[in-house]
Amino acid sequence: MNHASIEKSIPLMAILTLLVVAIGGLVEIVPLFYLKSTIEKVEGMRPYTPLELKGRDIYIREGCYNCHSQMIRPFRDEDQRYGHYSLAAESMYDHPFQWGSKRTGPDLARVGGKYSTLWHQAHMRRPKDVAPESVMPAYPWLEKTELDFADVGKRMEALAKVGVPYSREQITHAANDLKTQAGLNGELQGLQQRYGKRVTIGEREPGNHPITELDALIGYLQMLGTLVDFSVPQPQAR
Amino acid sequence: MIAHSGNMETYDYDVVKKFTIMSVVYGIVGFLLGVIIALELAFPELNGGIPYLSFGRLRPLHTSAVIFAFGGCVLFACSYYVVQRTCKARLFSDALSKFTFWGWNLVIVLAVITYPLGLTQGKEYAETIWPIDILITVVWVAYFINFVGTLAKRKEKHIYVANWFFLAFIITVAMLHIVNNLAIPVNLTDSYSIYPGVQDAMIQWWYGHNAVGFFLTAAFLGLMYYFVPKQAERPVYSYRLSIVHFWALAFLYIWAGPHHLHYTALPDWASTLGATFSIMLLLPSWGGMINGIMTLSGAWHKLRTDPILRFFIISLSFYGMSTFEGPMMSIKTVNALSHYTDWSIGHVHSGALGWVAMVSFGAIYHLVPKLWGTQTWSVRLINVHFWLATIGIVIYIVSMWISGIMQGLMWRAYDHYGNLTYSFAETVGAMHPYYVFRAVGGIIFLLGALLMAFNVAKTIGNKGEPSPLRTA
Repeated sequence: MNHASIEKSIPLMAILTLLVVAIGGLVEIVPLFYLKSTIEKVEGMRPYTPLELKGRDIYIREGCYNCHSQMIRPFRDEDQRYGHYSLAAESMYDHPFQWGSKRTGPDLARVGGKYSTLWHQAHMRRPKDVAPESVMPAYPWLEKTELDFADVGKRMEALAKVGVPYSREQITHAANDLKTQAGLNGELQGLQQRYGKRVTIGEREPGNHPITELDALIGYLQMLGTLVDFSVPQPQAR
Repeated sequence: MIAHSGNMETYDYDVVKKFTIMSVVYGIVGFLLGVIIALELAFPELNGGIPYLSFGRLRPLHTSAVIFAFGGCVLFACSYYVVQRTCKARLFSDALSKFTFWGWNLVIVLAVITYPLGLTQGKEYAETIWPIDILITVVWVAYFINFVGTLAKRKEKHIYVANWFFLAFIITVAMLHIVNNLAIPVNLTDSYSIYPGVQDAMIQWWYGHNAVGFFLTAAFLGLMYYFVPKQAERPVYSYRLSIVHFWALAFLYIWAGPHHLHYTALPDWASTLGATFSIMLLLPSWGGMINGIMTLSGAWHKLRTDPILRFFIISLSFYGMSTFEGPMMSIKTVNALSHYTDWSIGHVHSGALGWVAMVSFGAIYHLVPKLWGTQTWSVRLINVHFWLATIGIVIYIVSMWISGIMQGLMWRAYDHYGNLTYSFAETVGAMHPYYVFRAVGGIIFLLGALLMAFNVAKTIGNKGEPSPLRTA
């Protein structure tokens, strides 16, 4: 075929262009949905608890992903600095993914449990107080804003629609589970029954303070990277 | 104002004028936001503890303002101008032209409102929430119909090469936008992407890299293919090269996305494939650069006297440089160092400021006197803008090279005892001077854009000596 015939026909040019630009994406994207080796089988992954989910939404709202990655690469220095390299399974319930593209601040994939809740509170209030070189903005409004979690069940339902295995029971108990994990009343047993033993319960100062956005964000951060137990030899080789 | 072509059909310059003015406005807004967030990284207290001004919320506003508001308006203006001139036909529908103008501006205004409020999808370069995504899709379909409808009215048998690039840009961006933004809404503002982790990452960078490939490259090459030959008054260097590099670029670019995901949890085969195609991509990229620069053969002396032509040539030079740097950074061993650092930021800006903004400035300076039938108010001021922009970019890129490579090396440095030499905080502290230099480079670049706005306003009002409108 002569190129002149393409240049003279809009449909031909448009269809050929669409074909040419479709191929690369099809080859690179489609296999990821059916190749079993894409996501390892690991023990411990579970959907986020209601409190962690609300915290994650705040993480996204504040644009934390602009400066923090959640993806540790398999290099010696990253292993020493951040811990075991990230597994595909560890973001299997992430809609959207939060791997990030820039480390203006450190990687957060395994920040959970590294610092105390008190440290996080001080850090979010004024990062320079705990890390003088930090260029992170302060987030003073988070501890002043009461967490609105009326919609948390609805959010879990939406996530269930895109494949996160939230059970009916988990969705029904969402608000109560959130309060329990934030350190208010509730019975711990139910929460752990629904989400497993690896649920970090928030530390609360005595008194009847409302649950804040900061509580939720810290709940999310303290969970990051703690779900898969790396002391047990895994993941198995492909 | 209405201009007459040879066959007396009237062109619709009204919509071109509107988009041209808005591209100047959004250019300044986008650059100013860049300066603000650059200063926030150098002096973090600058947001004053105000949520709406914090870096995490303003950075998406900066990237969207520059890519989609500034870049988008330049592309609407130029594609609407070029398609009319090269087809010798008025735009297909006045109503669709108006709709695309007001629709696109509504998208921008909504983004300006929602981002600082923290309403975001949390996907880079696709932060707009789902109702805005639907509006974008509707405007884009209208754009496609208007563009193709105009092509169908053409008086020439052949579709001009610039329009191949515009058509590929419109089709591909539609595909990318729709696939990447599929989500399940929770309420009017929030939604969750239908793709989980790994798949979402792959699709996001398939989208993200081809926003660069088709929005910021293919479409601006279309612009180049009209304005460079016009300004140089020379035919395109090689017709055959334009065919080869067009199809090669369209085919290869799409594969390059996963080079953003080297050494991540994305399967190795995918990122290796991405790197392989990224390296091949050097050839069609340079095909475009060569075709543009060589169009000047026999007219090189014009560079001495014509600052608009100088904008075009330096933009192609930056294009050549950043399309060499890109494939190099997609090599795994280089990427292991460069990824997550400011080197990526420097690379993006050598493309966005050096190529996209420079070629846009040239097109705006070329267009304004033609559209309004006036004479350029000050050629000398264009020259001053040229040098401010060039110096600003160089300061920006060099400071990001230094900070990026330095931080990458500091992260992996070990002392004699086998311990990491630097804490992360120490590497952040070391970045400070370069963050200040970067902001200075940005301010200089912004000053140049302000001069352009002044010159453009004066040129529009410069009724003294109208220059005759010529047909394509």
